[in-house]
Parts: sequence; structure tokens; C-alpha cells
Amino acid sequence: MKAVEVRELVKDYGNFRALNGISFEVNEGEIFGLIGPNGAGKTTALRVVATLLQITSGLITVFGYELPKEAGEVRKIISYLPEEAGAYKNLRGKEYLNFIAKFFGEGEKFQNMVQRGLEIANLGERINDKVDTYSKGMTRRLLVGRALMVNPRLAILDEPTSGLDVVNAQEVRRIINSAVEAGVAVLLSSHNMLEVELLCHRIALINDGIIVASGTAEELKKEYDARNIEEAFVKAIK
Amino acid sequence: MIGNIVKKEFKELFVLSTIIPIVVIAIVYGSVGNMIGNVQETMKEKPVIGIVDMDDGNFSDIAMSVLTERAEVIYDGSDVEEGLEELRGKNGVALLAIPENFSQNIYANQPGEIEIDWIMRGVGMMDSISSGTVEGLIQSVNQEISKTLIQQDSSSDPALVLNPTKRIETTFFKGKEIEGISPSTLANMLMSQSIVIPIVVMMLIIMAGSSVIASMGLEKENKTLETLLTLPVRRSHIVIGKMVGSALVGLIMAAIYMIGFSRYMSSFQFSDINLADFGLALGMQDYLLVGISLFTALLAGLSLCIVLGTFAKNYRSAQALIFPITALALISAFIVMFKDFDTIPPILRVLVFVIPFTHPMMAMRALMLDNYPLVIGGIAYTAVFTVIMIVIAVRIFNSDRLLTGSVRRRAALGKLVWGLRR
Repeated sequence: MKAVEVRELVKDYGNFRALNGISFEVNEGEIFGLIGPNGAGKTTALRVVATLLQITSGLITVFGYELPKEAGEVRKIISYLPEEAGAYKNLRGKEYLNFIAKFFGEGEKFQNMVQRGLEIANLGERINDKVDTYSKGMTRRLLVGRALMVNPRLAILDEPTSGLDVVNAQEVRRIINSAVEAGVAVLLSSHNMLEVELLCHRIALINDGIIVASGTAEELKKEYDARNIEEAFVKAIK
Repeated sequence: MIGNIVKKEFKELFVLSTIIPIVVIAIVYGSVGNMIGNVQETMKEKPVIGIVDMDDGNFSDIAMSVLTERAEVIYDGSDVEEGLEELRGKNGVALLAIPENFSQNIYANQPGEIEIDWIMRGVGMMDSISSGTVEGLIQSVNQEISKTLIQQDSSSDPALVLNPTKRIETTFFKGKEIEGISPSTLANMLMSQSIVIPIVVMMLIIMAGSSVIASMGLEKENKTLETLLTLPVRRSHIVIGKMVGSALVGLIMAAIYMIGFSRYMSSFQFSDINLADFGLALGMQDYLLVGISLFTALLAGLSLCIVLGTFAKNYRSAQALIFPITALALISAFIVMFKDFDTIPPILRVLVFVIPFTHPMMAMRALMLDNYPLVIGGIAYTAVFTVIMIVIAVRIFNSDRLLTGSVRRRAALGKLVWGLRR
């Protein structure tokens, strides 16, 4: 079964067309990256799959559940990490993980989720401090922990390493890879093309709401006779 | 340089979203003020009264002369019931009956009795102005009689000279006949219902309302809303959860506020009279109705705040959005303090009914006077209002609006501005 199937997806904001008939698929156990410049439509595409935005036209299924009809079912099996997301500042790190885990399970299942979240966030004793006192990197690690602790079948990650230093970014990439090894499908967006090349199994290049090319990094580089994905992207949009 | 900063600040702060609520509230306040009327003008107006003189003696003549000169006498006859009917039809305040032997009693060093049948229409602060004016007239009658006594007979009892008359009062109020009490005393007795309750409700609505709106603003500012909306929880549960949480915070804050306020209010001793002695006490079912009225109004206020909160872009804009709620709560409280529901003009009555917060403010007073339809109708209205607001809030939570704002409106405004520039 496909983790995500998107067919001819159109999304309008008033008179502005943000997505103009894009189609792509994400397989189980795969990291699929949407890459493109700011304003290309990456976040809109992710928000639509994450049940946050309505569809103007087109078809989306997540593990066979159709949106928006079965949005409730989709929310049970996905986890969404928005770009620049925050956590409730007056809660302590562990309280925040408890708050989220309670939506997904009770008893032992709940305890296991929180434990997994603590391990992924890896904040040591600071997990008992208020979120308000965390650095940007710590908050991001907490949020990645929150997103992956619930054992989602699909993790939707919008610019997962945005604004992080090299060490924290590498740590987040490691966490994502180990989640995928455990069977999670990942749909992520980034404008960091080097990162996407390192992380993703397959890539779609998006520009002005249209997917201009897709495939593995090697396929795209070969197709556009480029040394890296950045060069392939520039050639693809010309 | 300073000019440049001033210009930037002005542009940032002087926006439609901050101006419109102020303009609307200014218009509403102005209209309410006009509709309620002017206290000074009301005080200058001659009170409408009726007179029954069964004495026809020297002192009753003095009383009649003072009353006819300073009041608008619409009934001057001999039948009390007939006089009361006349007054009821013509917005009269009181019927003053001077019984036989009035003058004779005063000459015999006994106070002359004046029987006053008050017709009370409301217990708001402004509703007792006319009766206060009549009480002033009776004081003038006393002074004139005292003068005459001093001039005519120096052997009179000084206590009698100071207080030559005695009032026998009955107040007719909304179907109740309350003996031995004047409208101003009754209004004082009900002061806690007139002032304390509106302030408690107002504070509760403002405190809880600001909590829920701030919560929406913080969700957006802290970028936690998107995560919340992708969790496996119904939108209606998010809305209700926010409302209940905010209601609890509001209750705690209002309770803390009221501890201080009740201490402050207790320093004013309004009356030692027991309301139960006059059939104005509340039973268990009345308190239950007051509780339900307060609960539904709180939910109505919070549901309205949730809808307003969806417009908040951040914590700062959320603070501005509480303003309409504060203004509505203030308008409700002031109207209830100053006027009775039955004595305000019909348009204002509609406004008072439409604002859900007014119902618990009026409930206790209305129940004392057995006005169950007003209280039950108010509960039904606020419940329907709450359901409608929750449905609207859930629809907004299900739409793109919460995350993207009104793109269509922005696009339309953009087109308009572009057209004007051309």
C-alpha cells in the first residue's frame, strides 16, 4: 500500500493558485522530499496532506484513507512537524510530551510513547525545565521527539532542520533515519537541497506550485546532467 | 528621523482592526446614553402624582398647596382605587391620601398620617429618581407645616414641630403589594442585586473571555496551533476544551477579584431589612435558575470569544480583540445598574436581551419578582446563542481561515486599493 498518493492536487488561496495540479506518491518506509525555493508550494502541499488545509480539487489518500472525507482516521496515523513550530512555553518538556501522548494512547502504550519521546529528544535533566527556557535546538529536538514518539505511519516534516546549527541538524537527520528504519514513511520539505540529497530516497522538485521533476537524486542529476541536486533544480526550472 | 519613526508607529497601530471596535463601541455607548436619558432632566421634571384629601383642614390645605405647586397632579379626588388606576395609566409615581383628622391630630400634638401608595416600575438607580423627588415634596410639606406650627402655637411639642407628619407607605411593584416600604428603600434593599451581581458577572466574562482569546493568540504566536489541529481529536473537543479551561481560569480569577470587592462593598451598609419579610426571598429552584443562567451566559461569552480569538494573529492582537467583549459586558452591567428591564425603551430592551451577559445580571432581581419568563427565556436564548457560536467556531476550525486568515477578503481589498490607485 502507498503511504501517500496525491493526484492532480490544486490548492487556491482566493485568486492565488498555490498548487497547480501536482501528483506524487510516497512509499512505505521511504523518505520523500519536496524541494524548492521559498513560496514554491512545499508547505501548502504538506499542510494539505496533514489535514490542515482544504483541497480545491484533486485526490489525496494516506494509507488508503481519502482526504478530506477521512481526515479523522488520517490524523490517527500521521504526525506533523511544522516549520518553526513551538511548544507550550509554560509546560515543562516532559509535560509537553505527556500532553501529546495522551491523544494517542493510555496506560503502557502511553508510558512507552513518552519514554520514546524522552529518548529521541535526549534533553537529559533539562526535560524537566520549562520549554520557555530551551534554546532553538533543544525545542526542535523536543518537537522531533514529540512527532516521532507516537509511532506514526507517516511523518510529515516541514523543514525539519531549519534554523539549526550543524550539530543539531545532523542529530535531527539521524533521528529521522532511525525512525524510517523502524518502518515510518516520511514526507518532508526543504529548501536545503544538499540535505535532501543526503536524506531522501526520492525527491520531487517543485516550483510555482508545479512539480517540475521527480525521481531519486541520482536519476535527477543524470537527467539534467548536473553535479548536484541544486544544479539539477536550476536546470529543471529554466 | 523622529518623524519617520512616528510615521511607522502610526501606520502599524492605526489599522482597521483596532479602529472599527472603538467606533462601534462609541456609537453603541452614545446610543445607549441617549436612550436611557438624562438624570438631570429627569430630576427637573415634575413628578406625576395623585391626591386624595379627606381632611380638608388647615394643614391638609398647606400640603395640597405644596403638592399642586411642585408636582403634576393628575388625580384629585376621593377614591384611592380610582386614583391608582389613573396613575398606572399615566406613568404616575404615587398617590398621596390625607385621611380625616390629619389637621386635628397635628393640633393634638400627634403626627398627621399621610398614606402613600407608591407605583414602582423598576429598581435601577435611575428608576427611583421620581420617587425621590416625591419624598422631597413630602419634606417640603413637613417644612411648611412646621413653619405654620411655629408661627401659630409656640407650645407645640418640638418633636412634632420637627416631624409633623408620618408616612404610611405601600409600594406596588410588578404585581406585588409591599407594605411599609418606599421605592427608594426597596431599591436600596436590592442594591446588591443591582450592583454587586452585574459587576461579578462582568468580571467573570472579562476574565474568562480574555483567557480564551489570549489562548488563541498564544497558539498562533507560539506556533502550536498547527500541531494541535493535526492531533487525533475532534475540532469540537478542541473548542469545548478551550472554553472549559478558560472558564475555570476565569472563575478562579473572578473569585480572587470578588474577595477584595465584597470586602469593599461590605463597608457600605445598604439596609438591615430582610428581603424575605417582603416576599422577595429566593427559593432553591430560583438559585438553581440563577446558576444555570450564569453558566449559560459564561459559555455564551466564551464561545463568542473563541470565534473572536480565531481572528487573533498573535498575543498582542488577541488583547485588542477582548475589547468588544469588555464593552458589551460594561454596557450590560451599566444598563442593569441604572435601569430595570421593564423601564428601558423597547429598542434598548432588545439590545439588552440580545447581549447574553445581561441575563444572569438580571436573573436574581427578576426571580424575586417572579418574572420567570424573562429568566427562562434568557437561559434558552443564551443556550441557543452558545450552540450557534460553537458551530461557527468549529466551522472556522475546520476551514483554512484559522491558519491562512481571510485570503479572499485580502485579495478583494487588494483589488480595491489597486483600483483606487489607478
